Amino acid sequence: MNKRDPGAMTQTNRPQISLSDGVFVLQGDLLIGTIEDLNMSQGVAQTIDLSGVGQFDTAGAWAVVRLERRLQAAGITPQIVGASALQQDLLATLRQHMPEDDTVAVVSVSLSDRLEQLGRKTAAALREMLSMVGFLGRVVATIGGLILRPGRIRWTAIVHHMQQVGLNAVPIVSLMAFLIGVVLAFQGAAQLRQFGAEVFVVDLIAISILRELGILLTAIIVAGRSGSAFTAAIGSMKMREEIDAMRTLGLDPIEVLVAPRVIALILMLPVLGIIANFAGLLGGAIMSWIELGVSPGVFQSRLVSNTGVWHFGVGLIKAPFFALIIGIVGCFEGMQVGGDAESLGRLTSTSVVLSIFLVIAADAMFSIFFAIMGV
Amino acid sequence: MADDPIISVRGLVNRFGTHTVHDGLDLDVRRGEIIGIVGGSGTGKSVLLRAVVGLLKPAEGQITVFGESVRDTSAADYRRLRRRWGVMFQDGALFSSLNVQQNVEAPMREQLDLSDETREALAAIKVRMVGLPDHALQKMPSELSGGMRKRAGFARAIALDPEIVFLDEPTAGLDPIGAAAFDTLTAQLRRALGLTVFLVTHDLDSLHAICDRIAVLAEGRVLATGTMAEMQDVDHPWVQAYFKGPRARAAIAQKETL
Ligand SMILES: Nc1ncnc2c1ncn2[C@@H]1O[C@H](COP(=O)(O)OP(=O)(O)OP(=O)(O)O)[C@@H](O)[C@H]1O
Ligand SMILES: [Mg+2]
Repeated sequence: MNKRDPGAMTQTNRPQISLSDGVFVLQGDLLIGTIEDLNMSQGVAQTIDLSGVGQFDTAGAWAVVRLERRLQAAGITPQIVGASALQQDLLATLRQHMPEDDTVAVVSVSLSDRLEQLGRKTAAALREMLSMVGFLGRVVATIGGLILRPGRIRWTAIVHHMQQVGLNAVPIVSLMAFLIGVVLAFQGAAQLRQFGAEVFVVDLIAISILRELGILLTAIIVAGRSGSAFTAAIGSMKMREEIDAMRTLGLDPIEVLVAPRVIALILMLPVLGIIANFAGLLGGAIMSWIELGVSPGVFQSRLVSNTGVWHFGVGLIKAPFFALIIGIVGCFEGMQVGGDAESLGRLTSTSVVLSIFLVIAADAMFSIFFAIMGV
Repeated sequence: MADDPIISVRGLVNRFGTHTVHDGLDLDVRRGEIIGIVGGSGTGKSVLLRAVVGLLKPAEGQITVFGESVRDTSAADYRRLRRRWGVMFQDGALFSSLNVQQNVEAPMREQLDLSDETREALAAIKVRMVGLPDHALQKMPSELSGGMRKRAGFARAIALDPEIVFLDEPTAGLDPIGAAAFDTLTAQLRRALGLTVFLVTHDLDSLHAICDRIAVLAEGRVLATGTMAEMQDVDHPWVQAYFKGPRARAAIAQKETL
């Protein structure tokens, strides 16, 4: 019997091979950890003698069968002697399962292969863009349908997501905006003091925060926070076939999963933007007071008299569009997840990078548009 | 020495919150046998398996494998122990970012210092041994059917020729021919490698065909152990229903005609 005793793995006899009188004599333990020490690639013999072999596992059998095959290739029909019944069994199993040629094909990559890959990647990227636009259309149509039949709207889900993406983001968004206000006041003061125009710091802060920074930075934070969460949540449902299960139950995943998330974002991002605007102005006001001696009263009256309310409007108009971008990209990437955990991770990071990129691109377009319109 | 059980569980208690899954469970597994663990869904078969391989710390009780306690061993001892068994989880638990070949190579890569060529050849053999076609080697787990994933999981479990393999419902979800082939394979490898097999299964055909002994889990304990024939005489409603139901009769009838 080759049943191993309890200490088997720890005490092994080193295997040995010797060639004498046309007989390969194998001795010791032929195990997965030891067979590589054997040099079996030299010499020919008619017989392989296993009577001195102790422990014997699949790897050992593999080595013996390989030796046998090599001899056969050299035109010899070797005999195996001294193998116990169990060892013979294992050898037979191996002979049955070992591929005829042991060599693994090496695939080389040529220039045309690389070109082909590049082409495929480009085509895939274009296809993905198209299907994302298609997805956008489906989501908008679904939301439109929901507005026509408000009875189907899932309020519980919407409120839940509003809390997740909105309420829970208030601390980080307001802290960030506050600090941006502080930085702007500080940097602006240093420059404006050179002209003795300190008081214009109020205009600087108000316009840059209300028009651009407040909503843009909020959107970036929400993309990182909630866009990734959307992708991960929907992606892991996709992975566990929950989405397929939903479809078979007659539930539309877009209506059940995507629409509440997108609606919640569209409702909450403007609110977060307003909070960020206030926090930014507050930070700027405090810093202007400390650094420049612009008292809160002066700050307020200058803000009211010099900064048109339209600046605030221009900033806020962008919020629902940013929300749509973040929601669509996050949910779309989640729906792309395949069966493996790796694609979930990859697509989550794609989702964040892509939505931030698209938000900034959209912001640039808005700037151009507003400049042309002269507002 | 040879009569010492290879796995011995004494007074095992496992709890999840207030839900007690095992309540003073005792079980011995002898070296070289195939033991079938049966029990209704949710009776804690998978939990027992996880506790024996040390993935789950029991609330109370002693578990020894190869005469060493699994519960309070040092990290180094555990690593040495772990090398001597292989586990196949209920749904394969293949690493999803690796293809089948790399999955089977993973234990060899971690535990041994083999050349690439040897490792690839051995992995290819193991994959063929469990009855997967060659083209499956390069496939990712997500591209395999449920049954193929199980086979690949089995190939990974036996990659290092372990002394014990733990199989969690290996034949569930396989077609009958595939399931029978899996049974034959398990029996063959047991003979050839001197394996001890800890087999969690609901498959009455497997129980008939290859198990030396059967342990029935119910009510948080091992209700009965014994051969298939002895199970017929156990006086417990669940055991009676299980081993004397229509499916069991069919399995017995089939065995007798063979
Ligand atoms: N991580 C966990 N947390 C809480 N409860 C658990 C956990 N794992 C298992 N359980 C509970 O332990 C019990 C036993 O589960 P187990 O998975 O062992 O069942 P099983 O006997 O393998 O069933 P099946 O035949 O369906 O696989 C179940 O009631 C389950 O709810
Ligand atoms: Mg289970």
